[in-house]
Amino acid sequence: MAEFALPKNSKVTVGKKWPMPAKVKGDKGTRDYLVYRFDPDTGENPRMDTYTVDLDDCGPMVLDALIWIKNKVDPSLTFRRSCREGVCGSCAMNVDGGNTLACTKDMKDISATVKVYPLPHQPVVKDLVPDLTNFYAQHASIQPWLKTTSPTPEKEWQQSHEERQKLDGLYECILCACCSTACPSYWWNSDRFLGPAVLLQAYRWIIDSRDEATGERLDNLEDPFRLYRCHTIMNCANTCPKHLNPAKAIAEIKKKMVERQV
Amino acid sequence: MGAPNHNMRTPLARVRGLGSARSGTEHFWRQRMTAVANVPLTIAGIVIVIALLGRNHAAAAQILGSPLIAIIMLLFIFSVATHMRIGMQVVIEDYVHEEKMKFALVMLNTFYAIAIGLASAFAILKLSFGV
Repeated sequence: MAEFALPKNSKVTVGKKWPMPAKVKGDKGTRDYLVYRFDPDTGENPRMDTYTVDLDDCGPMVLDALIWIKNKVDPSLTFRRSCREGVCGSCAMNVDGGNTLACTKDMKDISATVKVYPLPHQPVVKDLVPDLTNFYAQHASIQPWLKTTSPTPEKEWQQSHEERQKLDGLYECILCACCSTACPSYWWNSDRFLGPAVLLQAYRWIIDSRDEATGERLDNLEDPFRLYRCHTIMNCANTCPKHLNPAKAIAEIKKKMVERQV
Repeated sequence: MGAPNHNMRTPLARVRGLGSARSGTEHFWRQRMTAVANVPLTIAGIVIVIALLGRNHAAAAQILGSPLIAIIMLLFIFSVATHMRIGMQVVIEDYVHEEKMKFALVMLNTFYAIAIGLASAFAILKLSFGV
């Protein structure tokens, strides 16, 4: 059956409260952070540690606070980050109840204690680092590259302005996995349902005018689980930190499926 | 989610699984069509049931047995039963992951929809033809 409760070894316990280093002068005050901690080496259940972040010594974003905690309080806190400007997708995590990029989430938009969890319903490697192996394999399975059989032209494959415009709202996806891990259908059936991010990527190639494998791509998606587990719950579009609409892309794929039959 | 530790297949092999079923669109499309059909049919069905309120058996049998009403009721029954069957199957597939249990429930669901649909249709036809 679907898992409605956390497995025994994933039940979250109350962790420790870390003391704040000496306050830097200023009037911005402090902010409490409640952060999910899990260490696979100890065999202990995950716990929620509390940190007090000195806002006069720290940048405005949630990622700034996490880096501040790692530098100033607890070097063992583990999370992924790279570009710190919403382009790489590494710091995707569950902040204040929603999946988002920690680097573009402003602390000011959160009213009280900032709660930080890893992306939901994925195996946790450590602390805020989820294991996205399945997600990446699903992305590989839709063959996200230009597929052609016509002889390769001497210069580039040409595309009109209008044709190129169809990729807007799709090419911006950074594969951060916020949408897929916010989707209940993906929680229950991630072994067979491809999830919003991968289906948006699939649509990005289906709609690409230069691609010659459209039918083959649709064949590979036409499946009660791979595609049709989407029940337009719309969590994907609500949570996308790049403001894209994977649900719409999925609906467009379904329309294409009907179009080639009716 | 995730595969047990004894599964040593590559992640891609696991994701590809048994391949695409090359189906599902039929169900999807039929679910939409019956949804559209259900809008007028359900309204008509409710109106008919309200019209039956307070009438005696003979009057009710006469209304339900008249050709137009009977045809509307038969369409209503067929459309709703089809819609119900597909909808319930989706719910089962969503939440029941144990294969044997899933097959059993999908089968039961189909039997149920067909039995209910047929029994209701039989009742209408019996009134229509008065056998």
